[in-house]
This record gives sequence, structure tokens and C-alpha cells, in this order.
Amino acid sequence: MIKDEKMKQIKASTKEWEETTVDKAISRFPERKEEFTTGSGLKVDRIYTPENIEELDYEEDLGYPGHFPYTRGVQPTMYRGRLWTMRMYAGFATAAESNKRYKYLVEQGSTGLSVAFDLPTQIGYDSNHPLAEGEVGKVGVAIDSLKDMELLFEGIPLDKVSTSMTINAPAAVLLAMYIAVAEKQGVSQDKLRGTIQNDILKEYIARGTYIFPTEPSMRLITNIFEYCSKSVPKWNTISISGYHIREAGSTAAQEVGFTIADGIAYVEAAIKAGLDVDSFAPRLSFFFNAHNDLLEEVSKYRAARRLWARIMKDRFGAKNPKSMMLKFHTQTGGSTLTAQQPENNVVRVAIQTLAAVLGGTQSLHTNSKDEALALPSEKSVRTALRTQQIVAHESGVTNTIDPLAGSYYVEAKTDEIEEKAMEYIKKIDEIGGAPKAIDMGYIQKEIMDAAYRYQKEMESGETIVVGMNKFQSEKEVQSDLLKVDPAVGEMQKQKIEKLKEERDNRGVSNKLNALRTACESDENVIPYIIDAVKEYATLGEICGVMREVFGEYEQAVML
Amino acid sequence: MDRPIRVLVAKPGLDGHDRGAKVIARALRDAGMEVIYTGLRQTPEQIVSAAIQEDVDVVAMSILSGAHNHLFPKVVNLLKEEGIEDILIIGGGVIPEDDIPGLKEAGIEEVFTPGTPTTVTIDFIKNNLKK
Repeated sequence: MIKDEKMKQIKASTKEWEETTVDKAISRFPERKEEFTTGSGLKVDRIYTPENIEELDYEEDLGYPGHFPYTRGVQPTMYRGRLWTMRMYAGFATAAESNKRYKYLVEQGSTGLSVAFDLPTQIGYDSNHPLAEGEVGKVGVAIDSLKDMELLFEGIPLDKVSTSMTINAPAAVLLAMYIAVAEKQGVSQDKLRGTIQNDILKEYIARGTYIFPTEPSMRLITNIFEYCSKSVPKWNTISISGYHIREAGSTAAQEVGFTIADGIAYVEAAIKAGLDVDSFAPRLSFFFNAHNDLLEEVSKYRAARRLWARIMKDRFGAKNPKSMMLKFHTQTGGSTLTAQQPENNVVRVAIQTLAAVLGGTQSLHTNSKDEALALPSEKSVRTALRTQQIVAHESGVTNTIDPLAGSYYVEAKTDEIEEKAMEYIKKIDEIGGAPKAIDMGYIQKEIMDAAYRYQKEMESGETIVVGMNKFQSEKEVQSDLLKVDPAVGEMQKQKIEKLKEERDNRGVSNKLNALRTACESDENVIPYIIDAVKEYATLGEICGVMREVFGEYEQAVML
Repeated sequence: MDRPIRVLVAKPGLDGHDRGAKVIARALRDAGMEVIYTGLRQTPEQIVSAAIQEDVDVVAMSILSGAHNHLFPKVVNLLKEEGIEDILIIGGGVIPEDDIPGLKEAGIEEVFTPGTPTTVTIDFIKNNLKK
């Protein structure tokens, strides 16, 4: 971009500056460290100059918002047109309790719902299953049947809100319940807007709520792609997630590389199942983390967008621009929060919010300050939401699009993260794709190595975490933490018993048998799941049938 | 001591967050201990039977889902039922301060919350073995 002659001059003057001005300064005041690195360990130079972006081709590598390769954003006007969706992940105890929290969040200005399910629901067990003991309603809401789902969305018009559901292995069942509740509200499927996480590969890698083995899981996912492309066209059928990979300890570049490798696996599976890439790819969405190294994170989102666009176009021959656009949700980094001096977390979340917004996110969940201790209280959730609103309305960063573009540093890091992510993708391709790399434990081991490295850096004091390994203060006991009523488990059990007395049990067993036959064939199973759900078959019964036909995933245990 | 300290690192319950468990497992191993990691979704019964079979000195459990008050004491009680009282049992995870006294009363000797250096856990184990 800069003429050769000028570039030569810049290189020469940079060198001169280093050798005279800098050396003199350093001889008197040495720098704080020998080597500076990003939060993820990328080397950081003293300054960045036009030399670092010598190779950057503006139109090819950056372009314009809404134009390929979407480095600067997927929408032409970004936040000047519409702010990101402020979507707070919430859910605990019973459906009725969570329903209250959702209504509160909407009153406070939340613009989308995000449902957290408890672990038994996420693993396809009813609340009365022996393994559910002690877990019911703890990390999210307990949903055993359509009855609970009806209570969860009571008084919330499903044609007006968009709903994101963090559900993976049993995603089809919860989507079916959502469709059934909407129908009862008089809202047809084609009007529904929202997202199911539906990303099983990262469950195997990092999050742990898998049920079925890889092959039937991939089939369920492509069944959902196919069904939704025809009947629920505004629904995001998957949220390919780097969030949990990062929480498990990966670096920023690994987060991008492994997530996109997972994305490639889903696209390949769907194409193999006979779907046209442009029929489902526009509904793929992503989910990334936001950690504290502001500029590294901004670079990460930009790199991910460019990488995905190029892969969809060049590798998969997508024609529809929407297939190439990487739209993403962000959540601030849970693992960056400290249990010590929890107020400090408000500041961390603010920095992470800025990172996500400067990186062009489509929606955002901000964590609450008390989440290293327990589920967040209503008050701390409000502060977290207010943090987004302050960035949106007071910071000024939303007035222009991708304001950090052209920064020598940010562009250099965007290139570097894209390059490193691509190396991981190549390596995974060589292994034979993400599912195979997961079975071998390759991805898990890479992440664990990074996590352990970070732990050691923190313990040696090389990495400083304020309030934890430096600037500590006397321990204060946090008193206003949210407690989930332990009676929830008992209440859910009673509800299931009552349901089983009231429903048409013969109808239920007919629908479950039909589902079993569909699972054993190569038919799309989604319509059968919807039928079973409407008959009030429980989540555990439906997943039980699938467990019998498909079997269960065996985790590769490694350290 | 004539053999290395043997530790069972276990994830009881349904929660899939195993970064902490795995980091601890590696740190204990680097500190010279023999570590067996159970993997996810272990019932208290499975943990107890692994502890017996592996003849461990320590059971270290990690939970981030909030089910600790239910699952931690259950492991202690099952071990007692088997007549085993010389295994050091410790826990860690996202555990509210208020719950810790109750857990200690139930027989969990120490509870390590987020931000605890691995060296603290290592020292605790070395100083509190029961065998």
C-alpha cells in the first residue's frame, strides 16, 4: 500500500530509532520484561509499523463490511444500523422460576433469551433418573417434558423474541419442544427465530455433555440442518463453539483453529448426506470467548471471519454470500473471573465486552462478577447487562465500523492468528478431520498442554492475575450468593409421576416405537421426535430410545 | 515412604468441566505422585470402587455444577461402609464458602476453591496422609 521507496525509508528510520533512541533509553531504564507476549503467548514487538502490514492487500484481505472476506464485519452498517443482541444466558431451578428471570431480563432491556439447562436435561436424563440426583436445576433449568417447556415460555410471545438454547446432544428434542410450544401459542415454525448450540464435537473436546457416539450424533445434526432448511428457515441450526475450547485452556489461535475445524466437519457431513452447501450454510453460526487481552481478542474475531469466508468459498464452493459470513455470539470468559475480590470481575467483563464489540459480535452475554463462586444473583446480572449498555451507548465505539482496522498491530495479529489457526486446520485435515482428531485425543491434548502452561505461568508469577497472585487482600466472605432450592429435584420428580398418570400412555409408546424405527432406518428423525414430544413423551424416554439404537459415546480419558 | 503417593482424581456427577481436575492431576504427577484420573460422570459407587481397586492414599474430587453437597459426602460414607477410613479425601471446584464447613464435617478434609495454587494442594496432601 505504501510505495517501495517510502517503505525503504520507513524500514531504515525504524532501525535507526531502535539503535539510537531505544537503545539509549533501555541502557538507563530496562524494559519490564525480556519478552512481551499476548494473553495466549504470541510474541509482541515493541512497536508495529507499516512494515508489519507491507503484504496486506486492502481490498482482498479486508474489504468492506458486508463484503467478502468480511474481515471488517458481516453487516454493511454494523452497530450504526442495529446494536448487537444483548443476550443473557440464564436458567435455574424450575421452569416457573426461570420464566420469572426471563421476564425480568426482558424488562431490563435484554433483547434475546438464552436458556441454560441443567445437566440431566443436557445429558438426556429425566429428573428422576438416579444419575440426576443432586444435579436437578443446579446449572440451569430442568426440562423433563413439553409441560416444563410450556411453563418456561409462558407469557413470552415466541414470534417476538429470539431464543438461544444451550443444548447439544438432545438438541433435536428441545427444538421439537420449542416448536410445539410455539404452535400452541399460534406461532408457526417458519416465524421462529433462535439458535440451538447443537455442536457435539466440542462436547467431546471440552464441554462433556455428550450422549451418543460420533456417527449417529453427526447424523442427528445433519437431520436438523435438513429439517430446518425446509421448515424453520430463520433458525440458526448450530452454534459452532470455540467458547468452551478456550475455557478448557486453549490459546486464542487454537480457539479459532479447532472451532473452524469442527465447522468444516459439519459442512462435510451435511454435504455427504446429500445437502447442497448453500441450503444449510447460511444458518450456521459461531460462538466465541472474550478474554482480557483486548487487541488479541479483536484480532481473533477478525481472523476467524476471514478464514471461514475463504474456506466456504474456496474449499466448499459456496455461492451464497450468507454461506460465507461468520456470524457469532460471544460470551465473556468465565475462566478469567476470580473468586478473590469479585468486584474486580466487573472491570474484566468491561474489557472483554469492548473486545467483543470492537471485534464485531452479533450477540453478547456478559458474565456476572460472582460466577467464580456460584450462579449469579439478580443484582450482579443487572450490572453485567449494564456493562453492555454502557459500551453500547456511552463509549462511542459503536459509531464507526471496525475502528481498529489499519492498526499495524491489530492487522499483524489478525494475520498471525489466521495463519496459526490454519496450521491447526491443516494438521487436523492430515489426521483425517476433526472427529478423528478428537477420537485420537489430539485436540484435547493440545488444549491441556496450553492450560497447564498457563497454570504454571500463573503460579510462577510470570502471568499476573490481580487479586489472585498479586495485590491480594484479606478474604471477604461473599454473602448474597444465589442458592438453588434443593427441593427442586423432588418437585420435578412429582411432576413426572403426575404427567405419566395423566397422559395417553399408549399414544406415547406408539410414538416412541415410530421414533425407534426411524432411528434404525436412514429417515430424518426430527418429525418423529416432534410427534413424541407433542404426545408428552419425556426427554429421558426419547433419549432412552435413541440410546438403545445408537449406543453411547466413550470418552478418551487422557491427561 | 517406600512407594509414591497414589491419588485418584475423580469427577463425580454429570458436570463436564475437567480443566481443573486435569491440571491438578498433571501437577500431582509432576510432584512425583502416581495419579489415576477417572474421566467424567462417575457415580460415588464407581469412585469408591476405583479407589479400592487402585489402593490409593488420596481421593481428590472436582465439581463445578453445584452438586457437591450431595455427592462429596456420599463418597465418604460409601468408603466408611467399606470399612475404609485411611484414605485422605479432598475436594475442589466452584464451591461457595458457606458450604465448606458442612463438607468438612462430612469428612472432606479440605476444599480448594478457584485460584488455589497447585502447590498448596500438593503440600496439603503430603502433610495430611492417613496411611
